[in-house]
Amino acid sequence: MPDARAHARRRRAAEARFRLAGLAAVALSAAAVLFLLGAVAWRAAAGFTETRVTVRIDLAGAGLVLDPTRLTGRGADLALAGAGLEEAVARSADAALGPGGRAMLSSGAWESVRDAVKRDPALLRRPATMRLPAAAALDEAAEGRGTPAARATLARLREAGLVRRGFDWHLLGGADSIDPTRAGLGGAIRGTLMVLAVTLGAAVPLGLFAALWLEEYAPRGRWADLVEASINNLAAVPSIIFGLLGLAFFLGTLGMARSAPLVGGLTLALMTMPVIVITARGALRAVPASIREAAAAVGASRAQVVFHHVLPLAMPGVLTGTVIGTARALGETAPLLLIGMRAFVAAPPVDPNDPATVLPVQVFLWAGEADPAFVDRTSAGIAVLLAVLLGANGLAVALRNRWERRR
Amino acid sequence: MGGGVALLLVAGLALIAWSAGIARGRRARAAAAGPARPAAAPFGLYAAAWAAGPALLFLIVWSMVGPGLVTDVVLRTPDAVQLPPSGYARATLLAEARALASGQSPDAFHPLARALAPAYAAAQARADAVALGAALLLALAGGAWALVRLEPGFAARPRVERGTEAVLLAAALVALLTTLGIAASLMWESARFFRIVAVGDFLFGLHWNPAEADGADPGAALGAVPLFWGTFLIGAVIAMGLAVPLGLMSAIYLSQYAAAGVRRHLKPLLEVLAGVPSVVYGYFAAITVAPAVRDLGLALGIADASAESALAAGAVMGVMIIPFVSSVADDALTAVPADLRDASLALGATPSETVRRVLLPAALPGVMGGVLLAVSRAVGETMIAVMAASGVATISADPFRGATTVTRQIVDLLTGEGAFDSPKTLAAFALGLALFAATLVMNVAALAIVKRYRETYA
Repeated sequence: MPDARAHARRRRAAEARFRLAGLAAVALSAAAVLFLLGAVAWRAAAGFTETRVTVRIDLAGAGLVLDPTRLTGRGADLALAGAGLEEAVARSADAALGPGGRAMLSSGAWESVRDAVKRDPALLRRPATMRLPAAAALDEAAEGRGTPAARATLARLREAGLVRRGFDWHLLGGADSIDPTRAGLGGAIRGTLMVLAVTLGAAVPLGLFAALWLEEYAPRGRWADLVEASINNLAAVPSIIFGLLGLAFFLGTLGMARSAPLVGGLTLALMTMPVIVITARGALRAVPASIREAAAAVGASRAQVVFHHVLPLAMPGVLTGTVIGTARALGETAPLLLIGMRAFVAAPPVDPNDPATVLPVQVFLWAGEADPAFVDRTSAGIAVLLAVLLGANGLAVALRNRWERRR
Repeated sequence: MGGGVALLLVAGLALIAWSAGIARGRRARAAAAGPARPAAAPFGLYAAAWAAGPALLFLIVWSMVGPGLVTDVVLRTPDAVQLPPSGYARATLLAEARALASGQSPDAFHPLARALAPAYAAAQARADAVALGAALLLALAGGAWALVRLEPGFAARPRVERGTEAVLLAAALVALLTTLGIAASLMWESARFFRIVAVGDFLFGLHWNPAEADGADPGAALGAVPLFWGTFLIGAVIAMGLAVPLGLMSAIYLSQYAAAGVRRHLKPLLEVLAGVPSVVYGYFAAITVAPAVRDLGLALGIADASAESALAAGAVMGVMIIPFVSSVADDALTAVPADLRDASLALGATPSETVRRVLLPAALPGVMGGVLLAVSRAVGETMIAVMAASGVATISADPFRGATTVTRQIVDLLTGEGAFDSPKTLAAFALGLALFAATLVMNVAALAIVKRYRETYA
């Protein structure tokens, strides 16, 4: 029966092809992840290192006109800037590195000197050797790019043993700046924490209470259906629509402060709430009815049944939902752009009504910078953002696994 | 930071009210006789709720309304006349004055901000004092009122129960109010827009260029068809063309072929894709994919291949949606009863024949519902479109040329300098309404399909 054998061969070949197509799809998807993460990590490594130049700074001979009592507290930055510290540092650089020395240092290098002086005012009276951040062009050259002139300068400095590369702590701690070598994520991290505090403070109680009402209290009927439908719908509404709501209601109707963590946090809270409600309801539904009946049978009131017996058992599930919702809110950019959190913010926010920015928006802003030196910064920012998000997602998975094992 | 102090004081008063309530409860318990003696706990909760509830409610409302009131007071000072009329410059000046007034920044850049700062500081101090005083008064009055009522024989428990239920109900209503708020605010602003621009001009106009919209006939430059087309091309055609086959085949492979060990390792990897924020995809699209696509277009002989091509944005959007499609397809495939699959295999069908002839047809409604949800996500996706798609609206089916999306235009329109009631700003809300309506219809349809399908096999 050659016919049957050929038929079987064809079917087996089709089977192999189909299987291969499936494997190829999985491999392609996995390759996309690895390529994306790899490309980011490659660039980010460069963004986390900075080039420092060793310079002898002599402020004693610079003739700074300065009142020593003003070197502490809030006025210190202004006092030092007003006394001409920037020019003094530039002149020291010219003296130490030869003509054009000031161009080898980052435009924010004098701020490092300023902070050093604030820590140790004696630096005003004696010369000191400091490692200061190099100009963006030299930083580029140190990473194998940059102009030939910058590379030549770098080679000359290297020969003199004046160049060091190191981990850029300023990236994590400093505020945003227009100079790519001095731009830091500190302000954005602070803004993110404030936004997150507002989001969690509003969304967790609201979401948990709404879930409790729907699962434990709501009489089956029109109202419960309406609330349920609106929550399911809200979970699928594009995030930018929440931005429009925040703009029209919080900024337009209530007149709240633009660009502020309070408004951003509330906008994200409305977006996060449905996620928490949906997962919390699942966790509440998974608590066996026998728990409720047993508690009620020994005379517990309804609130006691819910808060003393059902809720503690459902808590791990609620926590998982909270972490998932938080991770989503952490990565969100679009709604925050609409409520004005896209401004350049040089001073980290202190009050929830101060202008602020958050990590993903900071990444977006740096991505839009024309200066190629910002490419490394952007990738480093993405690496920080991804580390935070993957950490949060990992926490959610770990919580889920732990919870599933216990039951 | 007057709010923090007020919050602490209110919490302290609530604690005092709680312990006083407990003491009253103990006395009531001691005074009662017989088997059903009242517990002390509800007495404490009742008192604490009355002390903290109204004061907290006031503080929440105040935290939202207060800063606006302070600004209003400052705007009524004589110096405020020199402020720029609206927009970003005005906001920065006010923010600078506020920072100076609160002592966060040592000096202001603008002299006007310096002039406004004292007025700001005074108004802020007065507002803080009013807030603190009112919150304390409310807490004291609430606590006192509750304690007066807590006599022996007072039914505290039922009241606490009713109060709890009311609080839970209020939280549930916030969800409903959010939905209504979205619908109302979009429709309100859109209605203002359609008073300036005819509905027909907006929905069927073929020319979109907001830069020309300041002229005599804004409707002629605000025709949204190119936006709808671009959104459809990027989100529904290109992104789905990539995400549906890859996601579906991945789901089939992972659920039907892969060994349990492989599945255990590959599924989390796909979930990692789902956890990456869209701004990262956008950056990736703009800096890596878009130039590659343009070079590909040039190599293929397409002279006007754009660096902001629809293909680059759509492809990256597709990669972003793969895990979602894969997850819903996986759910739909595993929801098909195992009997169907076993019967097909028992009759001698190969696994691929079983998947194609039995599982997929049975799971089709579920898969279709999932794809519809995926389209709704792609259509609402903003950051990839903002960073990688074009800002210029054209109607072209060529994937190597630029295309713009509704979401991209909303962001562009609202992050400019426009006044709040210019036709351009209002157009963003009309676009938002269209987006909301489209995604709502898709979501409802998808949920209906999935639900009906689930009932078939229940």
